[in-house]
Amino acid sequence: MSNASTLSLRGRLIRLAGSGTIATLILLLVALWVVFAIAIGDRFFSANTLQSMAFQMPELGILSLAMMLALLSGGLNLSIISTANLSGLTIAFLLTRYIPGSQGVAWVGVQVLAIAAGFAVAALVGLVNGFVIAYLGVSPILATLGTMTLCKGLAIGLTRGNVISGFPEPIVFIGNGTVFGVPFALIVLALCALPVALMLNATPFGAKVYMIGSNEKATRYSGVDTRAVLLKLYVLSSLLAGVAAVVMLARFNSANAAYGESYLLVTILAAVLGGVDPFGGFGKVGGLLLALIILQVISSAFNLLNLSQFLTLAIWGGILIAVAAVPHLGGKAPR
Amino acid sequence: MRESRFSPFGRFRRSHEFWLLIVILALCASLGVANAQFLTMQNLFDLLTSYAFVGILALGLLVVLIAGGIDISFTATASVAQYVTLSVANAYGANWISVFAFAIGIGGALGALNAIFIQKLRIPSIIVSVATLNIFYGLLIFFTGGKYIYSLPDWFATGIFWFEFEWGKDTSYGVNLQILALAVSFLVTWLLLNRTNIGRQIYAMGDNADAAQRLGFHIFGLNMLVYCYMGVMAGIASLVQAQLAQSVAPTVLVGKELDVVAAVVLGGASLMGGVGTVLGTFLGLALLAILQNGIILLGVSSYWSPFFVGSVILISVSATAWSQRERRTRGARA
Repeated sequence: MSNASTLSLRGRLIRLAGSGTIATLILLLVALWVVFAIAIGDRFFSANTLQSMAFQMPELGILSLAMMLALLSGGLNLSIISTANLSGLTIAFLLTRYIPGSQGVAWVGVQVLAIAAGFAVAALVGLVNGFVIAYLGVSPILATLGTMTLCKGLAIGLTRGNVISGFPEPIVFIGNGTVFGVPFALIVLALCALPVALMLNATPFGAKVYMIGSNEKATRYSGVDTRAVLLKLYVLSSLLAGVAAVVMLARFNSANAAYGESYLLVTILAAVLGGVDPFGGFGKVGGLLLALIILQVISSAFNLLNLSQFLTLAIWGGILIAVAAVPHLGGKAPR
Repeated sequence: MRESRFSPFGRFRRSHEFWLLIVILALCASLGVANAQFLTMQNLFDLLTSYAFVGILALGLLVVLIAGGIDISFTATASVAQYVTLSVANAYGANWISVFAFAIGIGGALGALNAIFIQKLRIPSIIVSVATLNIFYGLLIFFTGGKYIYSLPDWFATGIFWFEFEWGKDTSYGVNLQILALAVSFLVTWLLLNRTNIGRQIYAMGDNADAAQRLGFHIFGLNMLVYCYMGVMAGIASLVQAQLAQSVAPTVLVGKELDVVAAVVLGGASLMGGVGTVLGTFLGLALLAILQNGIILLGVSSYWSPFFVGSVILISVSATAWSQRERRTRGARA
């Protein structure tokens, strides 16, 4: 294939996808599929492989959505992982302490209440973040660094670093069950991504978030209560971390103060790879989902090829730089 | 009152550093009363030694933040520099000068790579450093298998102990490698930022990169210097850490980025660029160090340590932001 025709292919895709990054990501995904299909063969497309990919993606996906919301407003949420662990531990504590021995109304009730309590904890952390950032004017990185350390400290202090494990059947199902062959956790991811995408693209609230990310001052002067929007946004980001908590504790059938810590920078990597501007104002849920699929495809393929997961990390980093560099290689002026 | 606004002390009294200093002095006084061990030479030397690694990295990050960028790949840079340098020293022999030259060279080269990605490909520094963190670290563990190095050259393991002096009965103190490297890093960074033309250019570029470029500043050269400086600091810090730990553990440094970021931003440096001082960074570092040390000395279970650290970060940044808001609104009304 000649260089000119790839360029025009990308050009056509850009028109189709409505965004240069999304077009680049689609091309990249197709290229990866072709390369791995040649390197691995049929095994790469087996139902098993696809299902294991679908099982692994949701945790990182939901956490990345949480990070993306903060990034869109020009902020950052470093506390998502520790929020998830704290609310996961809350749920785990209530489940293991108060669950009755026999199945019944109380048995269901405790599970629902436990998850509700976990969401309440997450919302509380989000309120603290939102209040400190929006109403006190602390920079998001500092505020969420503080709540990150605080939540982690609370989780470690209360559990002394121990694991809480052993949950009832329906909870475990959330992380390990399938519906018509589709992992339930993937459905949870879809149930998070769809409303978030709708909220961002089709509601005044979403428009305000993008505006704040582009220019907070101008948005405030145009009559938007930016503080209320930011407060809500950080609560939403935290609630998504709470959903991730449920998926995580269900998948591992346990909760701990230090699960998933290495995910923190990966969520930023995924969001930015998906076209989210790290300074705010730009980014689509679709781009993020494509980025997540790309990261997962690389990870799963390397796993099948028996290559180190650390090499996967390095390739993820390389892909991020390559994709970020694409708009500037075509000779377009830097933004 | 009016006059004090223009006097040097008046200006200092309203600065971020002043409030930080008050918090630290209050903390020191109460810890000193609560535990006699806190205000001792022994504890001071221990603190300086154990926080040298974070401190040296914080100075490198300070320069990057002032220049208007950010780097979080330094823990991976440090891991690479540490592993390669001490592997070479083990295999071929070396001395203090050559290990430091080697580690500085590796750190500087990886920093230069960051600068090239940021400037030549025009990718924001946060994206580049998230990516290079994964690249450097991933490749290091891939090639080394994550194996620890426990045997270090004898002279390196022994370290240095200069200007030995007696204090009290039979305790002697001296300047060890950690304290020496920390002191030199502080001095060099202070000189770079406050006593050189380049330092002023770094502040100017961080404040307004477009204006700096139109003034004819060499933006690529300045960025190259800044990211290389961060890399060099990572190289130095990595050896200081290996000497203290008496081993090379390729997996323990990555993940500590945010401790360093916390120290620098607590010290008043802004992520927007153009703002930050060496004194502020020292105070930010001191606050975190004294806090963690104090909690241990007070006999609080170490499980609760991060909770208190988090609380203090949150309260102190909120208080600072609140006092600045108050001043702004009062200024606006006046």
